[in-house]
Amino acid sequence: MAAHLKKRVYEEFSRVVQITHEEAPAKKLRLSKPSKSAALHIDLCKATNSTDALQYLLHFARKPVEVESVEGVVRILLEHYYKVMNSVWVATVLCCAHTQDASKLSCTDVTHVDADVLSQETDNSVRLKIASLLGLLSKTQGFSPDCIVDDAINTLNNEKSHQVLAQLLDTLLVIGTQLPESPTVRLRLIQMACKHLSDTYFGVRNKCLKLLGCLGTVDAPLTKDNEGADVRDVQTIISDYFGDQDPRVRTAALKAMVGHRHHLMYVCLQACRLLTDDYEQVRSAAVQMVWVLSQLYPESIVPIPSSNEEIRLVDDAFGKISHMVSDGSWMVRVQAAKTLGSMLQVSPHFLEQTLDKKLMSDLRRKRTAHERAKELFTSGEFSSGRKWADDAPKEKLDRNTVYLIASGACGAFVHGLEDEMFEVRIAAVDALSKLARSSPSFAEKCLDFLVDMFNDEIEEVRLQSIHVLREISTHITLREDQLDTVLAVLEDSSRDIREALHELICYTNVSTKECVQLALLELLKNLNKYPTDRNSVWKCLKFLGSRHPTLVLPLVPELLSTHPYFDTPEPDMDDPAYIAVLVLVFNAAKSCPTMPALFSDHTFRHYAYLRDSLSHLVPPLRLPGNGLDLVDSRCSSGSVESAQLFLQQSLNRVSTIQNLEAPGAQELLNFTIRDLQRLGELQMELAGAADFCATYLRCQLLLMKALQEKLWNMAVPLCLKQNVTATAAAQQILEETYKLEFLYGGLESRQVATIHHVRLQAKALQLVLTARTRQGLDPLISSCEKFLQDIESFQRLFLAELPHLQDSFVDTLLELMPRLSSCKPVEMVKILQTTLRQSGLLQLRLPEQIHRATATIIEPTGESDNPLRFTTGLVVALDIDATLEHVQDPQNTVKVQVLYPDGQSHVIHPKPGDFRKPAPDRHRLITQVYLSHTAWTEPSQIEVRLLLAYSSSSTTSLSAPKLGWSDSVDGLQSPEAAVEGTIPFSKPVKVYIMPKPARR
Amino acid sequence: MPEIKVTPLGAGQDVGRSCILVSIGGKNIMLDCGMHMGYNDDRRFPDFSYITQNGRLTEFLDCVIISHFHLDHCGALPFMSEMVGYDGPIYMTHPTKAICPILLEDFRKITVDKKGETNFFTSQMIKDCMKKVVPLNLHQTVQVDDELEIKAYYAGHVLGAAMVHIKVGSESVVYTGDYNMTPDRHLGAAWIDKCRPDLLISESTYATTIRDSKRCRERDFLKKVHESIERGGKVLIPVFALGRAQELCILLETFWERMNLKAPIYFSTGLTEKANHYYKLFITWTNQKIRKTFVQRNMFEFKHIKAFDRSYADNPGPMVVFATPGMLHAGQSLQIFKKWAGNEKNMVIMPGYCVQGTIGHKILNGQRKLEMEGRSTLDVKLQVEYMSFSAHADAKGIMQLIRMAEPRNMLLVHGEAVKMEFLKGKIEQEFSIDCHMPANGETVAVTTNPSVPVDISLNLLKREMALGGPLPDPKKPRTMHGTLIMKENSLKLVSSEQALKELGLNEHQLRFTCRVQLQDPHSDSDTLHRIYTHLKSVLKGYTIQHLPDGTVMVESIVIKVSSCAEDANTKVLLLSWSYQDEDLGSFLSTLLKKGLPSGLC
Repeated sequence: MAAHLKKRVYEEFSRVVQITHEEAPAKKLRLSKPSKSAALHIDLCKATNSTDALQYLLHFARKPVEVESVEGVVRILLEHYYKVMNSVWVATVLCCAHTQDASKLSCTDVTHVDADVLSQETDNSVRLKIASLLGLLSKTQGFSPDCIVDDAINTLNNEKSHQVLAQLLDTLLVIGTQLPESPTVRLRLIQMACKHLSDTYFGVRNKCLKLLGCLGTVDAPLTKDNEGADVRDVQTIISDYFGDQDPRVRTAALKAMVGHRHHLMYVCLQACRLLTDDYEQVRSAAVQMVWVLSQLYPESIVPIPSSNEEIRLVDDAFGKISHMVSDGSWMVRVQAAKTLGSMLQVSPHFLEQTLDKKLMSDLRRKRTAHERAKELFTSGEFSSGRKWADDAPKEKLDRNTVYLIASGACGAFVHGLEDEMFEVRIAAVDALSKLARSSPSFAEKCLDFLVDMFNDEIEEVRLQSIHVLREISTHITLREDQLDTVLAVLEDSSRDIREALHELICYTNVSTKECVQLALLELLKNLNKYPTDRNSVWKCLKFLGSRHPTLVLPLVPELLSTHPYFDTPEPDMDDPAYIAVLVLVFNAAKSCPTMPALFSDHTFRHYAYLRDSLSHLVPPLRLPGNGLDLVDSRCSSGSVESAQLFLQQSLNRVSTIQNLEAPGAQELLNFTIRDLQRLGELQMELAGAADFCATYLRCQLLLMKALQEKLWNMAVPLCLKQNVTATAAAQQILEETYKLEFLYGGLESRQVATIHHVRLQAKALQLVLTARTRQGLDPLISSCEKFLQDIESFQRLFLAELPHLQDSFVDTLLELMPRLSSCKPVEMVKILQTTLRQSGLLQLRLPEQIHRATATIIEPTGESDNPLRFTTGLVVALDIDATLEHVQDPQNTVKVQVLYPDGQSHVIHPKPGDFRKPAPDRHRLITQVYLSHTAWTEPSQIEVRLLLAYSSSSTTSLSAPKLGWSDSVDGLQSPEAAVEGTIPFSKPVKVYIMPKPARR
Repeated sequence: MPEIKVTPLGAGQDVGRSCILVSIGGKNIMLDCGMHMGYNDDRRFPDFSYITQNGRLTEFLDCVIISHFHLDHCGALPFMSEMVGYDGPIYMTHPTKAICPILLEDFRKITVDKKGETNFFTSQMIKDCMKKVVPLNLHQTVQVDDELEIKAYYAGHVLGAAMVHIKVGSESVVYTGDYNMTPDRHLGAAWIDKCRPDLLISESTYATTIRDSKRCRERDFLKKVHESIERGGKVLIPVFALGRAQELCILLETFWERMNLKAPIYFSTGLTEKANHYYKLFITWTNQKIRKTFVQRNMFEFKHIKAFDRSYADNPGPMVVFATPGMLHAGQSLQIFKKWAGNEKNMVIMPGYCVQGTIGHKILNGQRKLEMEGRSTLDVKLQVEYMSFSAHADAKGIMQLIRMAEPRNMLLVHGEAVKMEFLKGKIEQEFSIDCHMPANGETVAVTTNPSVPVDISLNLLKREMALGGPLPDPKKPRTMHGTLIMKENSLKLVSSEQALKELGLNEHQLRFTCRVQLQDPHSDSDTLHRIYTHLKSVLKGYTIQHLPDGTVMVESIVIKVSSCAEDANTKVLLLSWSYQDEDLGSFLSTLLKKGLPSGLC
């Protein structure tokens, strides 16, 4: 019976709502786009029970809403919210009085509904969802939520369910943050929050505190007298909840307080107490809190309890947080270790304690680290466990001098670095690096510990500590024993570790010539063991040499094995180890003019050879004697400025091309291109810019040539054959423009516009050519339309650049646009042809920084004569190692192409994990590609190269405004279909392979 | 006051033969049941006659808990359970249960078969004993009986080592066994939650040591081994079969892997094969790295470490050999040592403690000429290194554990008295808690202050809540009215009405009446009216009625006026109130005693 009744009520009720809504919100609905809100409205009205309604809402939430219709949607949601409240009420009322007519009940003025009558359990979820949707909607860009503040607060007052209350408060928080300029709203919200703070449900208290934390003290330009009191109030209120019985509320209170950065000295003690809370989240928040305090008042003086000394607040906080590094929960330990890294104001002696397990005994004197190992067990009271029987009890100790735990910062990093969880260890290593960078003396001290970390069981940690050591290596000079331990890692089988270490050696300073020798020996050993490290080792020695010329000098005779009286045999020039030694010596000789005197004859010859073959490793040397002036011509080739000037002049010269006759112009272009190419080779700094210009000019040249062919004067039927060259030229220009656009980094939109302009010209050329060759109108019409679209999109994309394109091809076309879009294809082709031939060269302006993306395949080298043999039908893995320069987002764009002799080609997309980033603008690709082929009779070569994939849509989406919270993408879909392609950007490498037939 | 009594039968100011009796809340528990390696007579087992002179132990002990499988913690177990007699439950963790019998059997073999002792436990006894074992999981609360519950925590130290939290009612004890607060290559660090036990019984082997960073030592170790290998020397590492051996194996194995070394590593077989098998099985008890990588490869499946054969010792070229036993006093390690001692390229690394009198001890103390049996002497030319890899918590670790658990009292066992004394002082100073260090057979009683739980009826609580005030503040006690009922071993706090109902009692009304004399020249009814208006002006917010029958009612307090017989001006007021209105009633009486103000109409 009851069920039946309820159903009837719902039926009647939903009908009622429909009627009422048709009048009132109809206007609002018209404002918005009808699709979204109306659909929602109808859906909600259709919903006969809460489950249905919830389903609709969930469905609705998945779709975005336009800005204009937000308000309408909000209204509908609120009304449904009231309806939900109301309907239950109606049900209740009806159950009590059977005869009451539901249709008489007006549900528009729901705020007067007496909430006490409601029993709402069944619909909590719906209201919850609505509340959360309100919050979501208020975040919509451009929608000002102040109109729904009242409603939200109203609902809050009438709400009984704790969950919904919490959600509503969350919504209010969103609204509050959306309206930072309105103090009245904020005040109201704070009042609401204070009111609900006494709720029994922890979630509600949490949200209230969060709200107070976020909105309580946004130090907006408020009147101080009025607001100041309120602010203090808010803080007192929040700090009251530090003692809440629920740990979640305590956490929220602490976090809210972290948001509040005013007048919270007195909270300090409470926060410190919470550091020993039972719950890890509270402790974690307390760590954060203490950190905030220490950052705010680093210099305040606080007393040490139980003694009459006073220390700086930041030191105190540092000690307290250090303590947390040995907390029971690893989350807190990670947090504490991370936090330590950002406390740079801490006093040095506190900092140094973090590396010491024993506090007082070691603070007394400073020891050299060399003595330390010895002193650790002779000076201290405690044995270190390093020497047999050294823990035999000795004399009675003065108990006041030895602290085991209350000693604060003592040994925090020693613990952190030894922690069980590698997350903590990494956090500790990071913190060490941050602190060491700001304090050279600390850097010196933490060296030993970092070196110890080279031996960690997790590779990530090892790698990280090597990186950190490299970062701080400017502060330190490695001693021989330290270098020894560092170099021991060179034998590591992990390539990453070795390369990181090479990088580290590049930056380290060593103190003695023995160190240099040791490093060289170890590197040669490394080279011997892992020949693939060749380049990296050479580079490493280059830096080692140029850093320590005076230390290398006494070693030279030994290194080059020269003898004052006897001639020694000439070493093998192909030996990588010998090259390594030479690299070291030559780089040292650069800043040590006395060194070349020690060279023997063959050394000079080898220098000349290496200077040519490995010019990036061997510096130019000013060599004296025997008439052989080895001063390289290249080093005298002027400075960057003059090269830049030359580049600019060449470009200016080209701009005069308009005035020249066709042959002269072509010649000028040819010369300029040649000049630019040579310039790029000479000046590495300008290589990108010069290449870019050269390529651009080549496009122009091609275009010019194509336009000046005879075929234009011929009759259409005759030119079928001749226009092959022109078509090819058009095609090539297109390709070149894609290269220009995607291969070079650092382009400004001005240049991009110029490139697109050339592309448009090429397309026009293509169109004209098709018109001349092909018969039949249909294909022509479609390509004409496509061309028009291209022009439009050009105009849209480069609206800002159009003024710079005066008198250009596009400019003319745009003027003629009305005619073009209405005329017939044949006519259009004619117009295009004339405009094309009349249009001149567009002046190229050079951007500040321009880099060409390049790739070098280091491995395979392509020198091997031994074919890679494998069984047909199975795969063989080919290791590829390549360096990529100036490639943006290589994970998505770089691909590997394998070309088989039969013309078959494979494109392989390497895994994102295969890319490493050793330096900015440089990537390293170390991957494996799998090869397979049917059986061959004899070995043959395949080609491997790297491709840069591009998609023209990627640029459009970049320049197009970001799509908002809307799903109407179909309107904005770019008419220009995305052109995707690849540009080969590395030299192909040949690999000898031999698939054998499978043996049966 | 209830007490927790602790009596060490072994490990009191002593290392070895751990056996601690604890009485808590009427329950008797034995923690560990170990033997002393140093003795061969009765002293090697704990003195069980302390518990009972004759007869079985079953009725005196509620349970036995074994912390880990080292013989000084479990060696006397078969003796106690089978020869002395104990049939109650024995608790240990799964790995301990698996490895313990192997070690016991090995120990039995050496004592009985090699040394020829009689009156020792047999293999069957070991088996019978293990049948009484109940395995424990980490963090699993096990109810021994209705009142006694135990819970195990990870302790590091060796595979399967556990700390136990023992709880009876609200009293609790934590026994650490041996533990390690710094993780090593194969095990994690000990961890316990903030359980605030009444007593924490901790080992204190390294009470006066603060160990250096472990990495430093590991690096030294690896460097020494590596250098020796590169020189073409042979490295001998004498170890005991379980525990450190596995750590060193992992260390060397990963180093070999990382550095791409080719020299062979051998492990003298025997126990190790079996033990490594268990290490492979109980991967969840190991450290983060091994746990996380075992899917790709179980770290205990060694790639570079192979089984040793006697003949390999004469092979040319470098090698590393792990051989048992650890102190070079007998067996394979000694044989290999003799072979290699003459070559200065070789090296022996002692990874742990050596008992006085063993060759290990001698060479560590720098003796270069050893007298062997048969009057021959042995020149020791190889390098001797000491590398402590002990897996006990150092002083700092012990302090850290105390900080984690926050006990109310401390008790130190398993350590030397002098060192304990030092640590005791430290603990008392730092934490200001009592610290004890009983000797064997000495009883320590720790008084506890157990909290008494009382059930409170929800209605009563809600009513109090409704009375207002802010949320309950844990720091400020609040008074409330209610009735405490003690019934069937439980305490309940209920409202008085409910108490009456439950106990079947009638409610008695308690009324106070008092007379107040008042000088007032008016008639009785006027006086009454004057009183009425007076009260009305004073007591705002209370219902005050002037009833027609000549009384004034303030809430439930009745006031009547009658004239004094002698003096008509002296009015006698009769006040009557019930016990519940005591506050208001006494206020009224004092108010009225002051008299009525004159300005009343």
